[in-house]
Amino acid sequence: MTKPATSLENLWLSGNEALAMGAKEAAVTVASGYPGTPSTEILENLSRYEGVYTEWAPNEKVGLEVAIGASFAGARALATMKHVGLNVAADPLFTASYTGVRGGLVIVVADDPSMHSSQNEQDSRNYADAAKLPMLEPSDPGEAKEFLKIAYDISEEFDTPVLLKSCTRVAHVKGIVVPGEIAVSKVKIGIEKAPAKFVMLPGNARQRRLAVAARQDRLGEFAETFAENKIEWGDKKRGFITAGVSYLYVKEAFPEASVLKLGLVNPLPEKMIRELADGVEELIVVEELDPYLETRIKAMGIDCRGKELIPAIGELSTAVVRKAVSGEAGPVEFAPVELIPRPPNMCAGCPHRGLFYNLNRLKVFVSGDIGCYTLGFLPPLSAMDSCVCMGASIGIAHGMSKALGEAGKGKVVSVIGDSTFIHSGLNSLINTVYNKDNATIIILDNRITAMTGHQPNPASGSTLMGEPANSIDFEELCRAVGVKHVRTVNPHEIEEIYKVLKEEIDRDEVSVVITRFPCVLVPEEKKRVKYPFFTDTDECTGCTACLKLGCPAIQWEPLTPEEAEAQGRKKSQKGVARIDEVTCVGCGQCLPLCKFEAINKGEEK
Amino acid sequence: MESSGNILFCGVGGQGILLASELTAYALLASGMDAKKSEVHGMAQRGGSVEAHLRYGKKVYSPLIEPGTADLLLAFEIMEALRYLPYLHKGSKVIVNTQRILPPAVATGKAAYPENILEELSERGLEVIPVNGYGIAKQAGNVKAANVALVGALSSLLPIPQETFIEVIKERVPARFLEVNLTVFREGRKAGRA
Ligand SMILES: Cc1ncc(C[n+]2csc(CCOP(=O)(O)OP(=O)(O)O)c2C)c(N)n1
Ligand code: SF4
Ligand code: SF4
Repeated sequence: MTKPATSLENLWLSGNEALAMGAKEAAVTVASGYPGTPSTEILENLSRYEGVYTEWAPNEKVGLEVAIGASFAGARALATMKHVGLNVAADPLFTASYTGVRGGLVIVVADDPSMHSSQNEQDSRNYADAAKLPMLEPSDPGEAKEFLKIAYDISEEFDTPVLLKSCTRVAHVKGIVVPGEIAVSKVKIGIEKAPAKFVMLPGNARQRRLAVAARQDRLGEFAETFAENKIEWGDKKRGFITAGVSYLYVKEAFPEASVLKLGLVNPLPEKMIRELADGVEELIVVEELDPYLETRIKAMGIDCRGKELIPAIGELSTAVVRKAVSGEAGPVEFAPVELIPRPPNMCAGCPHRGLFYNLNRLKVFVSGDIGCYTLGFLPPLSAMDSCVCMGASIGIAHGMSKALGEAGKGKVVSVIGDSTFIHSGLNSLINTVYNKDNATIIILDNRITAMTGHQPNPASGSTLMGEPANSIDFEELCRAVGVKHVRTVNPHEIEEIYKVLKEEIDRDEVSVVITRFPCVLVPEEKKRVKYPFFTDTDECTGCTACLKLGCPAIQWEPLTPEEAEAQGRKKSQKGVARIDEVTCVGCGQCLPLCKFEAINKGEEK
Repeated sequence: MESSGNILFCGVGGQGILLASELTAYALLASGMDAKKSEVHGMAQRGGSVEAHLRYGKKVYSPLIEPGTADLLLAFEIMEALRYLPYLHKGSKVIVNTQRILPPAVATGKAAYPENILEELSERGLEVIPVNGYGIAKQAGNVKAANVALVGALSSLLPIPQETFIEVIKERVPARFLEVNLTVFREGRKAGRA
């Protein structure tokens, strides 16, 4: 956790650190969630506070259900996830809206406009409306902490789960945060039966639907006096309605204008909106992604402009808002220069690489999934042909197989990481067996949830709070659901995996291949003594066979014909491949690829 | 000191950019400034381009530096310095770590690493300050401290006393690496002034 800023009593924290602190100050005692950028560090930070139980759930739906349970038992509970995680958790969300809460229940959802680390951009505010839940939207880390505390008061006072919407520019921004007192919940922890409220059979649910409607009315009144909805009167020519990070951009681009800043984006304070609208000549709604506020304000019969000016795609910024509203481009003096892109790449020695190298050789359609291994899509591996959402790989391969029939045999495989398989791949595996496919499913078991920063998962053998835990036996699990052929291979053994994959792909029954080797960045692997490889460049003929792995430790050094000749090589040799011994971790994948014995195992490092 | 400013940090995932931006931010905060920093995690960290925006002043709203308004660019890799050109203005100063990290297309022989990048920058009238962060850190005995050499160079351009930076480093760097880091910081500071 970050220590206090040198000369300030205040802290300087990221939005996620601030949300963890807010949860602690709100007296949250149970928190569950599933990692996902940009939400992950909330639970990681919260797990370091005393007196809060935190856990990684296998997916967001389970995480939210755990939080609902804790709330039913009277505890203040938190669930965290990224925007797409809320799709997974949407089912319990919509009905928890009906049951309401006992202890305060807050769901923090972090959006990722511009898709810095996501497969789509979606506007989570739509869920607040659809599930009829209040939603708060802070604009920076300091507000994030305060709003989370307020969210718990709203939750208990109005008997409702509360959504708090974060985003990349709150979660991963650092700013000043003022520590506060620890709150006390009025709710006592204990079992209290309330079947009419908690058992959502149609008869009860119809009653609760009415309670939800009444709650929405009460929240609508609350919104009018809520201190975090505020009009900052300025110049009356132009008024803005905005919320979250968009507010910051408006303040910077148009410091003189009148602004209604909404802390609560559902429900909306209609009277306040009218007050601003009546007080200014021109009303503009500035919001990221969907015309969420704009549509609702227009439905109130209020004239305003929004998405006709403000982009609906990607993040906003001060420059974007200024240009959209006033037409003034920023002070840009230098045009961009065309440069070689620098996409991310799997680490040197990543166990996934050996598998994708072979999938490329096998020329199959690879139904992919989400994780570090999605980078197998990039050249030179170029071995992923689809990737939709977490857990989708197995179902998509099954659907393709049913559509293709005989013609598809041995042509489609699915790849799925350990965490992703547990998240939502298992159901699809059951389906594949049950509905008689002959698919080959590859589980990439690197013992950790790597992509999001190495969170433990049910296969890792430890928990978020650092306790030892059961580690799922994937082989037994697959057999238990009816897979007869389960084989485990070391993905660093290039020739062995090729053989195994070929056999299993040709097989006329479902088979699972588990590639098992820890990610190079898990602590035990980092500590392991390494024997980096080195190239005897005299032996290198420049054949480029090793470069097909795309390992960042292997670098091509071009040679001119003169240089080649001077070094006693064929004039036609275009260069040599050299292993950078500082980067190499000695995984050995490249060794069998060199037919000229230029690659050698080196000394301990 | 200058009442406000924008510092852009850029480089390649794994170069210690986040720590460098953090140390700088704490030195600004210790001087009584408001400061906001924005960075992107996740996919961007697997060896891809990485950037961190640091803004300071009496009160900072947006955490993002607008194009054309970065006063200082601290580039941890030569080619990355050029990638962020649109963020700079005529008076920007650019500290460049003279290290090349080959992007995949170059490492696999599909493209050549661009030449003369520092010249490209100075031709545009920008003040370019090359710093051999790797060399300084190696000399001091820990190549991982290269990022602190760059912070040293940057410190000489900010109107904050050197002592403030040293205090921040003492507070934030683990004791066993402290001596090396202080040496590297001081050498970096000299290099920035040269
Ligand atoms: C519904 C949903 N939740 C969370 C994420 C964020 N996310 C992307 S990849 C990933 C984990 C991948 O872990 P694993 O399958 O073990 O693969 P690895 O990265 O370890 O190779 C997560 C949590 C997401 N994209 N979608
Ligand atoms: S973090 Fe682990 S799984 Fe991800 S690319 Fe690196 S080695 Fe592979
Ligand atoms: S052994 Fe080869 S493939 Fe493995 S990390 Fe070293 S250079 Fe890369």
